[in-house]
Formats: sequence, C-alpha cells, structure tokens
Amino acid sequence: MALAPAEAARLTLGPVPFNWSPDDWRDFYFRIADESAIDDVYVGEVVCSKRSLFFDELYPAVVQRLTAAGKRVILSTLAMVFLSGDRATMAQLCASPDALIEANDVSALFHLRGRPHHVGPFVNVYNERTLDVMARAGAENVCLPAEVPADVIERVCQRARSTGTTIEVQSFGRMSLALSARCYHARAHGKTRDGCQFVCGREQDGMVINTLDGAPFLVVNGNQVLSFTWLSLLGVIGALKRAGVTRFRLAPHSCDMVQVSSIFRRVVDGDLAEDEGFAELLAAVPEADFANGFYYGRPGHSWTSP
Amino acid sequence: MTVSEIDVAPPELVCPAGTPAALRAAVEAGADAVYCGLRNATNARNFPGLNFTPDELREAVAFGHSRNVRVFLAVNTFPPAGHFDLWREAIDVAHDVGIDAVVLADIGVADYAAGTYPELRRHLSVQAGAASPEAIRYFCDAYAIRRVVLPRLLTVAEIRLLCSAIPCEAEVFVFGNIGMMAEGRCSLTSYATGTSTNMDGICSPACDVRFDPIEGNTTAARIGPFLIDRLPSDERTGYPTICKGRYFRADDDRPYYAFEEPRTLNLTGLLAELIAAGATAFKIEGRQRSRAYVRSVVAAFRAAINSGAVGRSPDLGDVAESGRETLGAFGGKQWR
Repeated sequence: MALAPAEAARLTLGPVPFNWSPDDWRDFYFRIADESAIDDVYVGEVVCSKRSLFFDELYPAVVQRLTAAGKRVILSTLAMVFLSGDRATMAQLCASPDALIEANDVSALFHLRGRPHHVGPFVNVYNERTLDVMARAGAENVCLPAEVPADVIERVCQRARSTGTTIEVQSFGRMSLALSARCYHARAHGKTRDGCQFVCGREQDGMVINTLDGAPFLVVNGNQVLSFTWLSLLGVIGALKRAGVTRFRLAPHSCDMVQVSSIFRRVVDGDLAEDEGFAELLAAVPEADFANGFYYGRPGHSWTSP
Repeated sequence: MTVSEIDVAPPELVCPAGTPAALRAAVEAGADAVYCGLRNATNARNFPGLNFTPDELREAVAFGHSRNVRVFLAVNTFPPAGHFDLWREAIDVAHDVGIDAVVLADIGVADYAAGTYPELRRHLSVQAGAASPEAIRYFCDAYAIRRVVLPRLLTVAEIRLLCSAIPCEAEVFVFGNIGMMAEGRCSLTSYATGTSTNMDGICSPACDVRFDPIEGNTTAARIGPFLIDRLPSDERTGYPTICKGRYFRADDDRPYYAFEEPRTLNLTGLLAELIAAGATAFKIEGRQRSRAYVRSVVAAFRAAINSGAVGRSPDLGDVAESGRETLGAFGGKQWR
C-alpha cells in the first residue's frame, strides 16, 4: 500500500564523504542538479581538509548549478577540527553572511550561535534537552546520529514540534561509525596523514576491511570509519514520517544516485509502496549489502525485515 | 627537561577508581584526585561489577576528603531521549554527596547541571570530543566548565597552543588504554553488538566478546559475530576492542592492525613537556583495571612527579596492556 502524501517531507543528499576526482565530483553534482529528485543538497568536505584544495575552485559552479535547478544548498563543515588551519577555515566559512551552514563539530556551533543553521549527524544530539539547547542557539534542523533507535527518533521528533526544529535521519548509504585524527587510509599504505599522497582517492566508496576469516566488516575513508553495510530505511519511511521525521538523507555513493533518489522520492511522496521501492533499490544497487539494525535497537550491521 | 626546571605548581594526579577498593588503593598510593562512576549507563565504564552505589560514593567522598583527595564523578555518556532522568539523578547524587567535580560530555546534561547546581564544579569529559579552543570555549561560555580533559589526538606542541587559547584548566591523559577513535564519536561497538558506547557506556561488552580455541595453539577473539584477531593461546593480550584488531585489506592478504596495535599509552617521558605546555592535571586511565594496577601505576606517577625526575621512565612495563607502550598522538604528527 502506498503512503498518503505528506507535503513537508524533503529528500536531502548528504555531503560526499569520499575523495572522488574533482571531475567526477563536479559531474556528480551537476547531474544531481539536472536530473535528481532531491530537494536539499549538503556540500562540503567533512572528512579531511587536505582534500579541499582540489575542490575549492569548483564550489561556485556546483552551488550555482544546484541553486539554479531549485535545490537548496547547505554547506557542511569538517567533522574533526583541531588543526589551526582548519580552525581558520571553519571560522571563515561560518562567517559567510548568506550561506546556510551545517555544523558537524562543536567548533562550528561556537561560531554559529545566534544565527540560523543546521546541526549535522557528527554532533551528538541524543535527547530532548540537547535539542532544546540547539534550537535556542538557532538550529533549524538536526540530523540525528545513525546509531539512534526508533524510539529515540520518535521522542526527539515530539520535542522538535515544540522547538520548531525539523528532524532529519540518514536513510540510505554507508553509516559513519568513527572518526580519528589518524588517517587509516594512509596507514594501510604505509604512509602518514602528512605524506598520504591522497591514497583515499583509490576507492570510490571507501576501502573495505575484511576480518581474518574473510568477512567484510568495515570501510576506511581517510580518517573516517564507515560500515561495510549500506543503511536502508526505505521500509520504514511511513513509520518515520508518522514519528515526525520530515527530512530523509541519502548518503552519496558511486552508484546511480539519480535512480536511488527517484526510488526514495516516490516512496516518501506515497507514490510507491515501501516493499516495491526496496525491490527497486536492490536492483539499482546490487553491490550493496543492506542493514537497518540501529533503527531496531539491534547491532547496526544486522537486517530486520520491516 | 625535568619537573624541577619548571616554575609551576605540580600537576594534579587524577586516578581511576572502578571500585571502592580501587579508590582506597589510589588514595593510598598518592592520588590527588580520583574519578568514579555510578553503577549504570551514565558513565563510559558501565561494566558489570564496576562502579559505585550512591551510598558507596558518599563514603568515597568522605574517605577522599579525610585524606585531602578530591573525588570526581564521571557522568560522561549521552542520554537517549526518554531516559534523561537517569542522568539527571546522577547529577543530583553528585551534588548531594558533595562531589568535587562532575565530568560531563552531553550538552543536555551540562545544561541541566549548570542550570540546577551552578556551584557544582564541572569538567568536560574527553567523551565530549572538544579538541579545539572554539569547541572548548563553547562549553565554557555556556556551562562555566572549569577544566577540559583533552582528546588523545593532539601533539604536545598542539596542546601548548590550545592551553594558551582556552579559559579553563587542561587535564591530559598520561597512561593507560588509548582509544584510537575520536572520543564520544565512535559507534563501532554499537555496529557489531547493538550496545552503544555513547548511550550505554560500554565499549566492547564482555557478554559479546568470545575467545574460541581454534586449530593449533591459537585462539580466535570475536566481538559479536566479527573475528577481531587470531592469537597464540599463550600470548598475553589486552582486552579485545574493534579498533585494536587485525584485518585484511580487500586487495592484500597480509593481516595488519588497520587502526592501531594493542598498546598502552605511557607519557612518563613527556611529563615535563606537558607541564610546560600548560597541563594542570595528569589523568591515568583504567577504571576497569585491577586494584593492583591502580596501586602500582599511581605510585609510579606519584614518585615521578615528586622526584621531579619525570624525564625518566618509572618501571611500568608489567602493567602495560600486552606489555607494549606508545606515545600515541602526543609523540608527534607522524602518528597520524
């Protein structure tokens, strides 16, 4: 059964976490602008500031193309901020008067206090009181950490109705599980962060780490650790909407994100049943091993049939 | 450099107390302060058999104060929505028993503590992951944080810069287990087992850790369904965590420690530099460790600080995890 339409639900695209080639990165966003069913697009280097130098000059064209296509662009900040250069970049970004910024670190919250902003999934918002603090400081939207279960999502949404905050959840793609100051990609190649030679650009969706008995387990992406499995909450979009989630985030991958966004769009809008949508998703992303355990309060790698 | 060459007050030695017995051992071995947790998810060492009841905590405070030792309470996990009352009660207990400082991570909990008990001293836990002056000032401005426990990802040079740019004291880990991942931002255990380090206070829960004998003289260490390492059965190893396991890259058949080797952080060689950088307190990790561990490590660091000879390494090898040590991030940027 297809879901009843709800006008407020928006489909969003998280920032590209991987070190794609600048051409691929630009073309990806151009295609998202021209062809995708996504409403809001988060853009920005979230994982490693060393990569930024390849992309900085491409931002104006990408933002312009997305905006011209009717997408709302939100700039995402770096998730690990401690180097002085990154602090300066952060301060500068947060000072841009016209940009809407998503904070992925408390450093960004420091700069964004008192003006409208978004709070990203790398900031720990787990409960009502933290949500209250965010809302008082100007947060219009909070994207919850991937590991929170359904009852936490529901309770935060209840509180968000009174604070006027929208709640966003990641609904597709590999889940961010950890961050570090150390670059695990460089380490895998016998290098360090400073001399990394950008080996993180070798894999489009991150470097798979297998256990000693050959089971794929985790994915290394620079100083970030992702899940091997890909999150799909496609089967519970209706439940999430009833709970009060109004924004559904897709994590970018090298698969056909236009097609993925089309599937999510139709399910979110009530034009396609969840189970039929998931069948389409399986066909669209055959390389993905899907999981949804966090939502059910179970191990994040596990799958529960909705 | 030695401590005697530095013209500042000696740093406070902050020591782990997983149990009342460990607390007593730490105090007797020379701790200036001890930190503990309640027996529930409100702290990041929520292991079975560890931690304090409110009554035990009250006795611990009385004992500590009778020896001029401060007692801190770690309330350093992230309450999931609908369960905030447990964390609220922890702060209430801390206030009621006369705790010297609460060590906080969650913004909501800090908001409650500062709003309800303005006079209750507040420290920022390493679990808050505040690694920049701006992040630390965010907490200081909003919740009058008096001390930050620094993440274990900064070099000594970076700590010096940081300390000059924050309006509070800095506490630095000098010994113990070293987490590879940014603190308070790791869901690896949650992914493998369903128990959340942030929400449940447990990394690598014992009920999900298995050691299975396999062929030859080898043991398989598993966390949940995932094989974390294969080890010679007679090898002395640390407690298994996902971030210290051995794995394969998909395109390489040589097993390697993808994140870090199982080593113990030991900064005895850097104590003087850390003091010069602005550290006001040294923290020893290990609330989950034995009373004997606490006694020997605390005594060694007490002696090192008192003698002023902190450039020399006290004999700590027998308590290090699997006997191997590291300077971690503190040793320099090549760690990254």
